[in-house]
Amino acid sequence: MDGDIELRVDGRRRRLRVDTRTTLLDALRDGVGATAPKKGCDHGQCGACTVLLDGRRVITCLALAVAHDGAEVVTAAGLARGDRLHPVQEAFLERDALQCGFCTPGQVCSAVGVLDEVAAGHPSAVTADLTGPVELTDDEIRERMSGNLCRCGAYVTIVDAVRDGAR
Amino acid sequence: MTDLRRPRVLGQSPRRVDGPAKVTGTARYAGDQRVVDPAYVHLVQAAVARGVLTGVDVSAARLVDGVLAVLTPDNAPRLASTEDAELAAFQSHDIAFRGQVVAAVVARTREIARQAAALVHVEIDHESHDVHLSADRDDLYAPEQVNTGAATDTERGDVATGLAHSPFTLDQTYTTAWYNNNPMEPHTTTALWLDGDLALFDSTQGVHTTREATAKVLGLEPRHVHVIAPHVGGGFGSKGTAHVHVVIAAMAAQAVPGTPVKLALTRQQMFALVGYRTPTVQRVRLGCDADGRLAAIAVDAVGQTSRIKEFAEQTAVPSRMMYAAPNRRTTHRLAALDVPVPAWMRAPGECPGMFGPEVAVDELASACGVDPVEFRVRNEPAVEPESGKPFSSRNLVACLREGARRFGWEHRDPAPRAREEDGWLVGTGVAASTYPVTRTPGSSATIRCTGPGRYRVRIGAADLGTGTWTSLAQVAADALGVDFGDVELLIGDTSLPRASVAGGSSGITSWGSTVVAAAEAFREEFGADPAEGDEAGAEMPEGSDEYAMHAFGAQFAEVRVRVDTGEVRVSRLLGVFAVGRVVNPRLARSQLVGGMTMGLSMALHEHSVVDERFGHVVNHDFAEYHIATNSDVPRVEAHWVEEHDPHTNPMGTKGIGEIGIVGTAAAIVNAAHHATGVRVRDLPLTLDHFLDRP
Repeated sequence: MDGDIELRVDGRRRRLRVDTRTTLLDALRDGVGATAPKKGCDHGQCGACTVLLDGRRVITCLALAVAHDGAEVVTAAGLARGDRLHPVQEAFLERDALQCGFCTPGQVCSAVGVLDEVAAGHPSAVTADLTGPVELTDDEIRERMSGNLCRCGAYVTIVDAVRDGAR
Repeated sequence: MTDLRRPRVLGQSPRRVDGPAKVTGTARYAGDQRVVDPAYVHLVQAAVARGVLTGVDVSAARLVDGVLAVLTPDNAPRLASTEDAELAAFQSHDIAFRGQVVAAVVARTREIARQAAALVHVEIDHESHDVHLSADRDDLYAPEQVNTGAATDTERGDVATGLAHSPFTLDQTYTTAWYNNNPMEPHTTTALWLDGDLALFDSTQGVHTTREATAKVLGLEPRHVHVIAPHVGGGFGSKGTAHVHVVIAAMAAQAVPGTPVKLALTRQQMFALVGYRTPTVQRVRLGCDADGRLAAIAVDAVGQTSRIKEFAEQTAVPSRMMYAAPNRRTTHRLAALDVPVPAWMRAPGECPGMFGPEVAVDELASACGVDPVEFRVRNEPAVEPESGKPFSSRNLVACLREGARRFGWEHRDPAPRAREEDGWLVGTGVAASTYPVTRTPGSSATIRCTGPGRYRVRIGAADLGTGTWTSLAQVAADALGVDFGDVELLIGDTSLPRASVAGGSSGITSWGSTVVAAAEAFREEFGADPAEGDEAGAEMPEGSDEYAMHAFGAQFAEVRVRVDTGEVRVSRLLGVFAVGRVVNPRLARSQLVGGMTMGLSMALHEHSVVDERFGHVVNHDFAEYHIATNSDVPRVEAHWVEEHDPHTNPMGTKGIGEIGIVGTAAAIVNAAHHATGVRVRDLPLTLDHFLDRP
């Protein structure tokens, strides 16, 4: 069974006909032609498919496309303005917080989401004070970025990049 | 002795050339290539580990609207070569391991392909299988040689006598687990068959080697197979040789000529189909005098291979060159089991093979009361112990000394279980790393002047995250005597001159030597002021085998073990390496830190758990096959010592892609022993090792 949906992806309106079984990830990749969200596990275990969905970071392999008619999706490609990279992307490059690059678009989207969450005062499992503002410590970054696996082992520089990207 | 060129661009740290495309997600991997109206392939796997396929009923699958073809052993075309049994898709009804592919559905959409694959009814006469690896099996055999072509067994002097005369001896058995490479990009092939030509966008560490393997199996001339892989989402050896899905993608493409097909393995399928590191059992025997000088080293390694194709992990090989001792022996034995085909995983041989011996050295050093850094220093060989060759350079001692200084080793109280902080037992440990310098023949490159002072360098090399797009361009810039920005490098395509596979940390040595030779040929023919369109090329020059060439390193770990729960955390890792000249410090640090991080993951988390009743890895996804996450890795530092080695290659480099994972697990286990007094000899270092102990 198919369904018609409309998505706004990286600022462009896209109308799609999708199988009701199609994940948001497959709709973005196969339907829209977006290459930034990656399929690393298809089970919500690796984070490579992370995008910003209506402003929040979401794992798109666990979302069904038909359930997100009208959604606003920003992928790593949409974070850059032409050749001008988002500060988080710039920091990933400068810190060499990537190697193979396959998890990177998801890491970048997740990092942007983390910075928003911290700015909004959302606590994490390692936040000591649940009442006040959240300080962006390295422990906070590590904890909040742990849903994004990196097999090349770039974690140490990813933490550096997220810290730099916040400035 | 030749001297190295004075580096200009070598040693600088330009950012990744492919970096902007990667941080924006616009770099196209094998599954991202633009193709028109592709079909999708989904595989059906055997659910038993040994048997004979008696029937594959595809009738229900074929009835699903949108199914284009279903391949099975009953209807698939015969392949030209079945010499490599791993690649002989659908050529036999014998089932040799659980997870073997028995059918492939080609359909209009992913969803339909998957739905139809679930409707394929497979009947197998199940025979009893055997997937039990043990060093006590009576059917272990000696392979003719081990991976890299090294000798299976070696012997110098008399180990028994050496041990008998040693006041301090050790005889222990160490085990490493079954590990799956698990690159983040699942193995993916997009294939198009058109007018007798096959195009493959493939996740591969070598476009030319994949072309050659695929062409042979399919009976095509290699020139009719075009393989393209500009970006590869990690490989760690698992994309170093073609696996069966590449052949199946090609067969699926041939079944629907003119329609591109996409085959992406699922994460679960990767646990059976793309190789893995064999579990190993390592019996280590050492004997030394009261000063810690080794008189005997013996390592007997046992691993597994599959019944259909042999892979012999060279686990005992590093013990042949690491430390001096007059009496020495190494052996390799294999059990041929009903298991998937093992293959390369980051530092095959060295990675598992430096676990047992480097823990053993820690144990023996402790027994004779010698500091483990000092123990290693005292056993430095003057020449490579088994071959007698001089080392081209060997700076293990410098790495140990520099690492000890940076880590603060001198303040260490050697007594185990001496430090407790807030309910955590804290300890530190050290281990050595090594990796050979490998030069793989068979590369060529061309260089063309594309405008005033501009050069295009062409070679079918690969970048799997290693940084080739950047570092090989740096090599070319220095070889041509131009700026980094004046070089345009093209890699990752069989339309380029042939390149060897990215494996064995051999990339820069092999491709770099080739590019340097091409630059020399270019300058010789056209001088310093060439005209646009001038072009020259060269093959990789032959090297000498006069010297033993290896990289070395020393890794230091701080480990914390929770007193109440046995939880293990690695709070700090510090490595110092001697890897020749470093081409790009920014990228090199990532490689070394990345290797150490994977070593930490191996030490604490990774373990493919086999259910022997059914013969498969049960924890076949990231929820249960744990790899290190960000919060597992608080502090990892990699440094290097200056090393001038004029013998390895014209750049003076040694490979850096693998050495980082070598020795890490041993350093962590040694630190855990220092923290707790508990000596763990079996990986991974799970908390149960530390519970119920006095």
